[in-house]
Formats: sequence, structure tokens, C-alpha cells
Amino acid sequence: MSYSLKENIIKEDRFAGGHRMCAGCGCPIAVRTVLRALEPEDHAVVCSATSCLEVSSFMYPYTSYQDSFIHNAFENAAATLSGVETAYRVMKKMGKIDASYKFIAFGGDGGTYDIGFQSLSGAMERGHDMVYVCYDNEAYMNTGIQRSSSTPQFADTTTTPVGKMIPGKPQQKKNLTKIMVAHGIPYVAQTTFFGNFKDITEKSQKAIYTPGPAFLNIMAPCPRGWRYPSEKLMEITKLAIETCVWPLYEVIEGKYVLNYRPKEKLPVQEYLKVQGRFSHMFHPGNEWMIEQVQQEVDLNWKELLKLCGT
Amino acid sequence: MGIRERLSGNEAVAYAMKQINPDAMGAYPITPSTEIPQYFSAYVDNGEVDTEFIAVESEHSAMSACIGAQAAGCRAISATSSCGLIYMAEMLYVAASDRLPITLAVSCRALSGPININNDHSDVMAVRDAGWLILFAETNQEAYDNYLQAMRIGEAVSLPIMICQDGFITSHAIENIELVETEKVREFVGEYRPKHFLLNPDEPIAVGPYSTPVYYMETKRQQAQATLDARAVIKNVAQEFAAMTGRQYGLIETYQMDDAEEAIVIIGSSAGTAREAIKQLRRLGHKVGMIKVRSFRPFPVEEIAAALQAVKAFAVMDKDDSFNGHCGPLFAETAAALYAQGISGPKGISYIYGLGGRDVRVESIQHVFSELEKIAQTGNPGATYRYLDVRE
Repeated sequence: MSYSLKENIIKEDRFAGGHRMCAGCGCPIAVRTVLRALEPEDHAVVCSATSCLEVSSFMYPYTSYQDSFIHNAFENAAATLSGVETAYRVMKKMGKIDASYKFIAFGGDGGTYDIGFQSLSGAMERGHDMVYVCYDNEAYMNTGIQRSSSTPQFADTTTTPVGKMIPGKPQQKKNLTKIMVAHGIPYVAQTTFFGNFKDITEKSQKAIYTPGPAFLNIMAPCPRGWRYPSEKLMEITKLAIETCVWPLYEVIEGKYVLNYRPKEKLPVQEYLKVQGRFSHMFHPGNEWMIEQVQQEVDLNWKELLKLCGT
Repeated sequence: MGIRERLSGNEAVAYAMKQINPDAMGAYPITPSTEIPQYFSAYVDNGEVDTEFIAVESEHSAMSACIGAQAAGCRAISATSSCGLIYMAEMLYVAASDRLPITLAVSCRALSGPININNDHSDVMAVRDAGWLILFAETNQEAYDNYLQAMRIGEAVSLPIMICQDGFITSHAIENIELVETEKVREFVGEYRPKHFLLNPDEPIAVGPYSTPVYYMETKRQQAQATLDARAVIKNVAQEFAAMTGRQYGLIETYQMDDAEEAIVIIGSSAGTAREAIKQLRRLGHKVGMIKVRSFRPFPVEEIAAALQAVKAFAVMDKDDSFNGHCGPLFAETAAALYAQGISGPKGISYIYGLGGRDVRVESIQHVFSELEKIAQTGNPGATYRYLDVRE
């Protein structure tokens, strides 16, 4: 069945408006789109790590979720949902439940790349039939823009401030998507929202409806941490794709598939210059930083093309 | 009639789990409780239970998975010790706040550091304020019996419950035990029927909200009420259990307290040693007795105060130190209980003993009583914060 944006957006929302996320934030777009990929007849239990998403979408006594939802703590969304999924299998086995349920966890990059990584790795290795979605905004935004292992090199954060001696984060971004591929799970994909949302929607559907564990890494920009005007959100995700900073690919049963190849790969400064967190890189004398980032992006892109056999 | 067997404490608890046939177990191995998930995994893999075993990668994930499973509508269990319990600590608070009656078997062991695998109560005492109900056992039989009563108690008040025994001393020692027939166990424990649960297609729910100052305190007040309510529930369940087995339980157990002038308050396996010490001293005419605390949460305020009110001197035995510079946690709670009940006559001292598996002998307990007799005679308690059997 071919993808139609019109048909997709008339499906009932499972993530209600009225939540408290910022205007111009990528996270609620990611969440709404992933949940919309559920078939209407299927129930879901949604789990969120402690995060901007959790404190903004489930402040007692209000919830934004149409489906059952559980928040437990910062570092254990995967373990928590693995318990829920196990309960479902037991109840099915014992004939206590007929309805069909899907299990979807959300965590930010802090809750996924860092403090929740052990819990995620364990749940994926155990093979629970669930999807873990990282909404990657490349820093601890909920506590006020501290660096994470997902923060890109040179980014200005409150724990890697651009100082006289150290120009932002010294380390490169951790490649979590590849680490999840190394778990040997049936489906891993990297995506973001742009254009008609075909890529993120189809990947969400595959992730949810592939039996066994699946992992989605979704770039979800943060207007406060990345310092861009709210209305530029979709421009930034598009530039991340066109510069190959955030390539779109999926790994199905270990086989890499490239989903998008820019006709003309844009230079990284096109992506960097629209974000305040990188503004120091454009000061005279700091050209080397942009060159270094370009080299890293080129290297990763080349490696990815090789993995995808193109 | 029960079934006569010989089992270690860990085996007895694992066997109780098997008889109950819970829905999910999330557990991670740690000495000395490791055998519990080991025995249980064998039941799972041999198809002797319907339970799904979640072989998690840490104790933190064990309790996280239990929270998920219990919130989903299942009975979830775990087992742990020492650092594992502390690693779960964050999630223990959430389990209690979410009002999920998870059952956790604890084979108590000292906390690091220095690292030590032997028994004391520093692990459970470190999480005593997490909002869980906490029952301690003296013997393998008690560990088994407490486990059979645990779900009835926890589910009645919607609170999680810890069933504690002493690592190695009872967890690994094999004792005679009388088991209850499995059909009777299942009838006694009954089915788990939560009012609200995640996997109810007719009523989706949300668990674990962000709670602002407008609501947080009411949540805690409700937890406090559930803990208060648990006092009566523990007694009622014990009565039913006694009707089935003939074995009596309360919040505390007293031994030779009717005319006691000196008494000790104690928890766990050392109560057996103390009983022997008291027997010998009683033969010599000493009026000594013991209060064994079975329920540490809820704390048996009235029962302890009533039992101690007429003694001249008492020692509270703590297998843990609060490092507050004056007493162990059981002493602090006992003294507070007496004061709250308006009892200030008896002289009380705090003994820290048995840390990291330091052996507790009959003579150790008799030494405590001889000190108490001096205090009773002179009315002078001397040092109220003491370490027993330690090289100074």
C-alpha cells in the first residue's frame, strides 16, 4: 500500500494536544507520528523515561496519551516496558486477555544514550516485542541544556560552555544507531520528520509491526538548546539530511538500506549556521572546527554508503 | 496435615513461589539470595510454573520490570540481597508510590564497604523508609510462612512487601520445615484482581505521573494510611494462616516477657540464639526475656511499648548502625515508640552487633543481659551506644 499523507493525518491522534512541550520542539512531532503508525484496532502501552516529554505530557491529573501509559524513572524505560510486555505474554498464555497490544518506549538522548543505556541494551538483548524510540535532541534539555554523549562536537551547552580554553564539547557524538545494530535485533532505523513524513511513518510502522525488539533513533531538534527560531524546525531537520549530518537509513535483519541520498550533498556549515549552539564556529580563526566537522561527516557518510553497498 | 521436608531458607522461599505460581519474576543474581532465582528458573524451564522469568541485566532493571509487570495487571516477584537491594532503592520508592503490591524476597547481607557477603541488616535498614511493608523471619519455617502470607497482605493495602531472612544463617542452612499443600496455598493466596491496570482495553490508565506540590503530599499521606491499615491486615492474615497451619504470627513475638525485668529487642535469626541464652539464664533465676520484631514496617509501636513498659532495663539489638553517633535504627524506633506511648521508666541501651556476619553466640547475648542487670540494679545506663563482640 503506497503512502498517502492525506490518509495518514486523518487517523485519530493518540497523542493529544494541550501538552506543555515548547513551540518548535521536535519531540511531540516524533511522538505523535510514531503513535499514528499504530493500526486503529491495536491497543498500546506507551512508556516514557523521565524527560521533557514525561513532565510535559503527564502532569497529574492530565495525560496526553489515549493509550495506557507508564512512566517509571529516568534510566529504565526499556526495563519497565519489558516488564509490561512480559505481563502481556503471560496474560495471553493464561487466556486472560484477547486484545492486541503493542509496546512503545520513548526516551530522550540522556535517557537512551547515557543513563538508560544499560536498561535499553538489556531489554533489546532479551528480545522483548517492543519498540524503543529515542527522540534525540543532543543534550540534557529537561535539566537545562547539559551535554550528553549524543551532543555533537563543539556544541555550546551549559556543561560544555564555549570558553577561552575549550570551545564547546570536545568529543564527537556517539553513534548509538550503530551500537543498536550491533545488538543484532530485527529492526533498527534512523529517521526524522521532513517533507510529507513518509520516511518516519513507514519506519515507525515497520518498527511496531516487526516481531521482536526494534529501535528508532529520531532526530528531534530543541529550539532552546540548539538556539533556532521555532518556525525553523522543519528547515533544520531538512538541512541535517541534505548535509548528511543525520543520514536516513534502516537496518533490517542486519542488512543496511540507505533511504535517502541527497542529489547534491550540502556543506555542513549550511546546517551549523542556523543554530546558535554552533555560532562560535563561524568566528574568524575557528574555520578548523567547521573543517573538522565536515571531515567527520564525510567519513561517516562514506562508511554508511559502504555498509549499504552503494 | 502439612508436608514434612528439609529445606534451606532460599529453597523454602523458592518453593513458596512455585506453589503460588506468580505471573512474572524479574531477578538478578547476588549472594546470598542467588539460589532463589536459580531454583525458580528451573521450575520455569521445567514447566512447573506458568511464570515468565525476566533475566534482567541488573537489580535496578529487576525492580523496574516488576513495576511494569505489576502495573500491567500481573503478580510480579523478585529476590535480592545487599548491594542489589540498594541498587533497586530508587525503584523501591516508585513501586510503593505507584501502590503496586510487588513481593520481594530478601536474604539479608551486609553492604559494601568493605565488601562482605555475610549477614547483617544494613541492606534492609537502608531502604526502611521506601514505603514497603517489611517482615523479618527467624527461621526457614518463618521465611516460608511469611512468604505465603505476603501477597495477601500487600494486595489488601496496595503496598509492596519485603520478606526478609538472614543471609547464609537461614538462607543456606537446611532445617526441618512443614510445607503447606499446594492446593491449600493457592486457595489461601487467591487470584490477583487489580482494580486498575495497564492492559485493560476497556479502561486505559496512566501510571507514574509528574506530581506538583498541589498533589504530591496527598499521595504520601495515602501511602502512610495504607501502612497504618496494614497493621490490622497483617494480624488478620496471620489468624487465617494459623487456622490453616496452627502456626501463630503477630507483629512481634514475645518470649518470657510476662515477669521480665531485663529484655532485649531483636530481629531475625539471632532471636534463636537469644532464646537459648534466656532459657539458660532463666534456669539460674534471672528474670530475662525477649521481644522479636516480625513486622518492621509497619512498626509495632503499641505492641513493643506494652511489652517493655514494666521492665527495668532493655537493650535493642541492631545488626546495622545508623552512624548517627548514638544508636541503631531499631533502637531509635523502639525509643520513639515508648516515648509516644508515654513510657519513660525503663532504661534502654543500643547494641550494634553481628555486622558483616560477626558470629553471635549464646554467651554474647548473656553478656548483654549481665550488663542490663547492672543497669537495673544501679539505675545508671552508662554508655547507651555500644558495640557487642568487637575488638576496640
